[in-house]
Amino acid sequence: MIGASRWSRVAFACGAALIMLFLLIPLALIIVYAFNPSNIQSWPLSGLSTKWFSSTWHNEEMRHALWLSVRAGLLATAIAILLGSTAAFAVHRFRFFGRDAISFLFVLPIALPGIITGMALNSFISFSGLTFSLTTIVIGHATFCIVIVYNNVLARLRRTQPSLIEASMDLGADGWQTFRLVMLPAIATALVAGGLLAFALSFDEIVVTIFTAGAQNTLPIWIFGNIRLGQQLPQVNVVVLFVIAVTLIPVALAQRLTRDAGLLRTTAPRTA
Amino acid sequence: MASGGGTTIDAPSSTPPPLSPVGVDAAVRISGVRKTYGDVVAVDNLSLAVDAGEFFTLLGPSGSGKTTTLRVIAGFEPADCGSVELHGVDVTRSPPFQRPVNTVFQDYALFPHMSVIDNVAYGLRVRGVGKRQRHAQAAEALKMVRLPDIGQRRPLQLSGGQRQRVALARALVNRPRVLLLDEPLGALDLKLRQEMQLELKAIQRELSERITFLYVTHDQDEALTMSDRIAVFCDGRIEQVGTPGEVYEHPANEFVAGFVGTSNVIKRDGRTYTVRPEKIRMLGHGESDAAAMEGTVREVAYLGPVTRYVVELDGAETLVVLRQNIDTSAMQASEQRGRRVRLAWRAEDARLLETKEQEAGNT
Repeated sequence: MIGASRWSRVAFACGAALIMLFLLIPLALIIVYAFNPSNIQSWPLSGLSTKWFSSTWHNEEMRHALWLSVRAGLLATAIAILLGSTAAFAVHRFRFFGRDAISFLFVLPIALPGIITGMALNSFISFSGLTFSLTTIVIGHATFCIVIVYNNVLARLRRTQPSLIEASMDLGADGWQTFRLVMLPAIATALVAGGLLAFALSFDEIVVTIFTAGAQNTLPIWIFGNIRLGQQLPQVNVVVLFVIAVTLIPVALAQRLTRDAGLLRTTAPRTA
Repeated sequence: MASGGGTTIDAPSSTPPPLSPVGVDAAVRISGVRKTYGDVVAVDNLSLAVDAGEFFTLLGPSGSGKTTTLRVIAGFEPADCGSVELHGVDVTRSPPFQRPVNTVFQDYALFPHMSVIDNVAYGLRVRGVGKRQRHAQAAEALKMVRLPDIGQRRPLQLSGGQRQRVALARALVNRPRVLLLDEPLGALDLKLRQEMQLELKAIQRELSERITFLYVTHDQDEALTMSDRIAVFCDGRIEQVGTPGEVYEHPANEFVAGFVGTSNVIKRDGRTYTVRPEKIRMLGHGESDAAAMEGTVREVAYLGPVTRYVVELDGAETLVVLRQNIDTSAMQASEQRGRRVRLAWRAEDARLLETKEQEAGNT
């Protein structure tokens, strides 16, 4: 009996390890290829070199794309933090007509395939005569970034004692003071975590971006184009290495923040 | 059995309780307050006056409207109609932060991201008191609740009893004229609760200027222990207002008699009387009493200092009798089960109650 359960545990661990390898080996390969001195991807590598790093860095197109992605990500995140958190406050605090509908509409962009969001935005932008620009990219990204912040903040608000607001008002704080001194600290980590995730999502988004960017290249679009052309594969590998690093850090940070939020958790362990 | 009718107090449940003399501003005066949640009437046409410096308790089962009343006074819930006055000032339309009251919440509602000292100093901070002064005052308040050395800790690092005291200090540091306490001891275990009951009274006595305490509880022992006066709530209305002695010894109706302590209800000649279990004597051999009634002991519960007997009278009610274990052992007590006993009580200990029919006639 015990033996069987041990065997099943070992089998389970092996299975999990295989899946992890399956997921991670391609990433590892790309990282290794970034140091490949030749521009042909073949084993074994003829050595290790960082020569592609400097050529990538001096690639104007790549720099443009990177800068555009960073700006789009930051702006979309800023909008998401502002709108997502205010929407979460409204839905949490007030009972109003259409509240559930609004809640549903906010979450919809994440459930909807990106290609549909993209197509819809594209036809709207063309129809209304707007030019494709940074603004249109930011609008496209904001649709799904808002959800991330909204969900994070709403979840935190639901875990926060409602009596905290009452206590603050009872002690003489008006609405603004209560928001600044009690509510904002209570949701701070959720806000930061939501923002980091939103940025990470925006930074590597490609489907919606294709439809809203017009002729501009964001970093993912640049990568996508170059993989298809196959001309600058080594540089793509270097960029991907960089993107992995840039997205991994905020995601890891976001996870830490939501986990360590125990300090702000409402249901305190009963200590007698 | 005598009626004891002369001893019941005159407090018809459908009219407001007696208010303070005209001209003297009550610390809290509620007039005709009604509060509904959808179809549910939480508080109905409620009027109440609490004297300055009083320890006043709102006692009732859950859902009887006592907490709603407190929340209306604090300003968290707007009343549908009626008015709330604090020391003669109408605050019916004031937001909570403009009312001279502070609340100790049932779940304490301490700010988890602030240290204890910052929690206590919060009320002073939002009023613009400088950091040094507010910390000094907060430290003073913590000393008063016997927690002088925990200012730098976080609320989550404290025990339930400590949190309770911090919440109290946080409310008292603002020197409110009225302190509202919403079942503040509900989450504590029995020993700690009894300790804190006495301490709350002590703290109220120690305060330089006497603060009115308005206390909500469903625990009748707590109400009897601490209160100067008690208002007994039922279904959004006040059934009786009185000192602990009055409420216990002269319950206005069957509900009060049953909720404040246990009580036996006896119907004779179309009238309803109530007798407290501890007022009933079990007659020994040779003792005689003209009004004694015979019955059989059905249940015996040995409670340490006292034993509770459930006695079924012959052809009449089943009564609960409480008897001190002065020279009765646990063994002797349990041997009483199934025995025949004779019960008697002094005529003045049987109180005439207002019955439902009479009540219906009043309204």
